[in-house]
Amino acid sequence: MAGASSEYAVQMHGITKSFGSFYALQDMELNVKKGSIHSLLGENGAGKSTLMNILYGLYQADEGEILIDGKKVDIKNPNVAIEHGIGMVHQHFMLVDDFTVTQNIILGNETTSHAGFVDMKKARKQILEIVDKYGLEVEPDAKVSDISVGMQQRVEILKALYRGAQLLILDEPTAVLTPQEIEDLISIMNNLVKDGKAIIIITHKLKEIKASSDTCTIIRRGKYIDTIPVKDVTENELATLMVGHEVNLVVDKTPAKPGEVVFEIQNLVVKNDRKLDAVKGLDLKVRRGEIVGIAGIDGNGQKELIEAVNCLAPVVSGSILINGKHIENTSPRRVIDSGVSTIPEDRQKRGLVLDFTVNENAVLEQYRTAPFSEKGILNKKEMEAFTKKLIKEYDVRPEDCGPKRAGGLSGGNQQKVIIGREIAMNPDLLIAVQPTRGLDVGAIETVHKTLIRERDKGKAVLLISFELDEVMNVSDTIAVIYDGKIQDTFAQGTVDENTIGLLMAGGKNHG
Amino acid sequence: MDKTAKILKKPFTMTIIAILCGFLVAGIILSIAGYPPFHSLSVLIQGVFSGPKHISNVIIKSTPLILTGIGVAFAFKTGLFNIGAEGQFIMGCVASTTVGIVCDFPAVIQIPLVLAAGVIAGAVFGGLVGFLKARFGIHEVLTSIMFNWIALYFSNWICNLERFHKPDTIGTYPVNESSYTMILGKWKTTKEGKEALLSSDFLKDTILKTDVNAGFIAAIILAVLVSFLLYKTTKGFELRAVGANRYAAEFTGINVNRNILHSMVISGGICGLAAAFYITGNSPHGIATLAAFENTGFNALGVCLIAGSSPVGCIFAGLLFGGLLYGGQSLQYEVGAPSEIINIVIGVIVFFVALTHIIPPLVERFSKGGKKHAK
Repeated sequence: MAGASSEYAVQMHGITKSFGSFYALQDMELNVKKGSIHSLLGENGAGKSTLMNILYGLYQADEGEILIDGKKVDIKNPNVAIEHGIGMVHQHFMLVDDFTVTQNIILGNETTSHAGFVDMKKARKQILEIVDKYGLEVEPDAKVSDISVGMQQRVEILKALYRGAQLLILDEPTAVLTPQEIEDLISIMNNLVKDGKAIIIITHKLKEIKASSDTCTIIRRGKYIDTIPVKDVTENELATLMVGHEVNLVVDKTPAKPGEVVFEIQNLVVKNDRKLDAVKGLDLKVRRGEIVGIAGIDGNGQKELIEAVNCLAPVVSGSILINGKHIENTSPRRVIDSGVSTIPEDRQKRGLVLDFTVNENAVLEQYRTAPFSEKGILNKKEMEAFTKKLIKEYDVRPEDCGPKRAGGLSGGNQQKVIIGREIAMNPDLLIAVQPTRGLDVGAIETVHKTLIRERDKGKAVLLISFELDEVMNVSDTIAVIYDGKIQDTFAQGTVDENTIGLLMAGGKNHG
Repeated sequence: MDKTAKILKKPFTMTIIAILCGFLVAGIILSIAGYPPFHSLSVLIQGVFSGPKHISNVIIKSTPLILTGIGVAFAFKTGLFNIGAEGQFIMGCVASTTVGIVCDFPAVIQIPLVLAAGVIAGAVFGGLVGFLKARFGIHEVLTSIMFNWIALYFSNWICNLERFHKPDTIGTYPVNESSYTMILGKWKTTKEGKEALLSSDFLKDTILKTDVNAGFIAAIILAVLVSFLLYKTTKGFELRAVGANRYAAEFTGINVNRNILHSMVISGGICGLAAAFYITGNSPHGIATLAAFENTGFNALGVCLIAGSSPVGCIFAGLLFGGLLYGGQSLQYEVGAPSEIINIVIGVIVFFVALTHIIPPLVERFSKGGKKHAK
C-alpha cells in the first residue's frame, strides 16, 4: 500500500460500500499518480462506477479514507469534490440541448460582472484559452443539439476543466465515439497529463487501455485485484485478470457454408425522422449459414434500415424480401411471422417491457400461440416453464428472476433474455443490432458464440455494429455502410481494418 | 426493525397512513376554523356507521364512483389517462335516460336494453378519444377535457327537448319503471311488501328507506372481471404491454393503435355502465340540466389514485370516497362546519397517496440509521 504522499493526485484506501447485504466494494484500493492516465478495469457490476461515485461524492463509503494531494478529505457531495479539483464526465452526457456550448460550460458557475449579469465575453475568452491549451476543439456558439457526439464529450471535459479540475474521471468515454474520435480523445488526454493533471478512465475495452493508459487497476466483484503498468502486459493477460479465468479474445469459428439467399434488400430508400433520405438505394443479400456484418459509423442509415425491415418506418421505394416474399410496408407482426427475429439496439426501449416480469417478457412475441395461451386465456405455468428453460440455457442471473421485474436485471442479463427470446422464435433470419453494447468480455464471448451457433444451424445472420472489431471478427461477409448505401462488401480475411475504416469515413476503395 | 420496515413499505400500509394523514390535516383545519376537531370527526364517522340505513346509503353513493373508478383504472393500466370519465358518464346518463323513456318493454328486456344503451354511449364517447389518439396522435387528456364539455351541453340540450323535458322541473321525465334496478324496487311499494319489510328493523332501514340497487353487486363482479381480463387473458397482456412500453410492444408485433382504441372503448363503456346503473337505480331516474359538472367522473380519478389503479382496490377506495361525501353532510348539519371540509380531506388523502412514493426511501434511511446504532 502506498503511504500518504503528494505525489499522488488521489488515494483511496480500504473503501468498503454495501447496499443492504450486498457488498459492492470491499477493502478497495486506488492510487492515481499526478500526470498519469490510470484506467479502472472490471466487468459490468464489478464496482467501478460505485468507486468513482464515491470519489465524486455521489455515494458515501461505509469504511475507508480518501486522500487528495496527500491530505485526507471528506467528500460529502459533488460540490465538495469539485472544490477539491475533481471533475467527472458521465457516460450519458449532462448537457442542455437548447443551450450553446459556452452556456453549457458556464452553467452553474457563471462568470458575472459586478452587477451580477453574466459576462459572456469574459467566459468565452476563458473557455477559448482552455481550448487552445489542450486542443479541445469546440464551436463555442453552436447549440449542443447541433454538434457531434465527440464534440459534446469535449464540452463535458471543458466543463470540468473550467471548474478547475485537476483530476478527471471519464466514465466509458469511448463507448459513443468513432475510431477517429477515439484517437482525438487520446491525444487530448495526453495533452492534459503533460500539464500535470491526472485522468481516471473507466472502461472494459482492453485495446483502448493499451493505447491510452500508463497504469491499470483491476477490480473484480468489488475486490481489488492488482495495479499494473500497462506496457508490461498483453490484452489477453488483462482480460484474464479482469474475468478471473482465461478468455478467448479471438472469435473461434469454422468457415461458413453459405446456402441460398434468404434475405434480400433491393434499392431501398427510407427517410429519417426529419423527412430526409437516410437510406439511399441500399442493396444487401444474406445467405443461409452466413453472418453478414454491416460496419459503419452511427448515423449512416443503420437505424432507419432496421426500422424499415421491421416495418416500424415506411419504405419510400425499393423492396425487402425474405425467402422471396415481400415484407416491406406490411406490419411488425407480419415480419416476425415471416421468419425474421431482431435483437434490437435499444434493449430498454424496444427490447423489453421493463415493468413486466421476465416470464412475461420471454413470451412477448409468442403469448398468442399455444401453449402460452389458449382461446385467449394465458397459461402462466407454460410461460414460467419456458422462461426457466431460457434462464438455464442462457445463464440469466439471478436464476429465480422469472417472476421478477425485467427492469431489475443488469444490462447483460436483460440482453440474454432478449437473445434467448429471439432465438426461440426459430427464425430464418436473425438480425442483431449492437448485440454486445455495454456488455463485458465474458458476456460478449457468449453472444458471439450464440450468433455463430445459429449460423451453423443454417440461419442467416445479419449483424450491425458500430464496433469495427466485432464486425471484422464475427462476420463471414463484411459490408461497409456509408451515407445510406453499402459502399463495398468483402469476405472475411480479405480486407484490413484500414481499408474498412477509410470506407466507413466516406473514402474510396482503390484496392 | 426490518419487519416494521417491510410492513411500512407495503402499498396498503402506505395508503392507510395517507388516509390517517388526511384526517389529521382535516382536524387541524377544523380547529383553526374554530370547530372542535375530535367531535367533528366523530360526527363524521357516526354519520357513516351509526345505522344500517347510513351504510346502505354510503354504498348507494359509492356505486357510481366505484364503477367509474374501475373504468379509469382500466385505462391507467394500459397507459392512458382517461380524464374524460366525466363526459363518458354524462353520455351514459343521456343514453340510458332517453332509451328508458322512449322504450317500455318488460323488465327482462328493458333493463338490459337501458344498460346497454349506457355502455354503448360511454364506449363510443371514450372510443372517439382513443381513435383521435391512435389515428392522429392527439393526446387523450386534451381531447377528453373538450369532450367533457361537449357531453355537458349535449346533455342539457337533450334535457330541454320537448319529448323528454318534464314541465315545471329542470329535468327530464323519469325512465319507465320497468327499467328500475333497485333491489325489490316494485315489491316494496306494495302493501304486503311494506309490511314484510317493516317487520324487521334491519330490512326496513336498509331496503325500504333507501334506493338500494343492483349497481354495487355489478361493481364487484366487474372489478373481478376486469382484473381477469387484464392479468389472465392475451388481450390484457397486449393492453398492459402497450401501456407499459409501447415501443417494445410495437417492436414485438403488437398493434399499438388498435389497443389504444380498445382500451378507451372499454374504459368508456365501464363509465357508461356506471351511468346506466345510476339512472336506473337512483331517483329521480332521469337527467337534470347541469350548470356545472357533477364530478362523478372526476372523483373517479381520485378513487383510482387511492386504489393504486387496482380494480378491486377501487371498491374500497370508492366506499371511502362515498363514505366521506355522505358523512360530510352530517358534519354540516350537526356541527355546522361547511361540507367543503370533506373536499379538503379527500384532497389531502389523494395528495398523501401521491406522496407515498417518498415513504420507502424514508423507511430505508431510518432502518439504516437503526442498524448503525446497533453496531
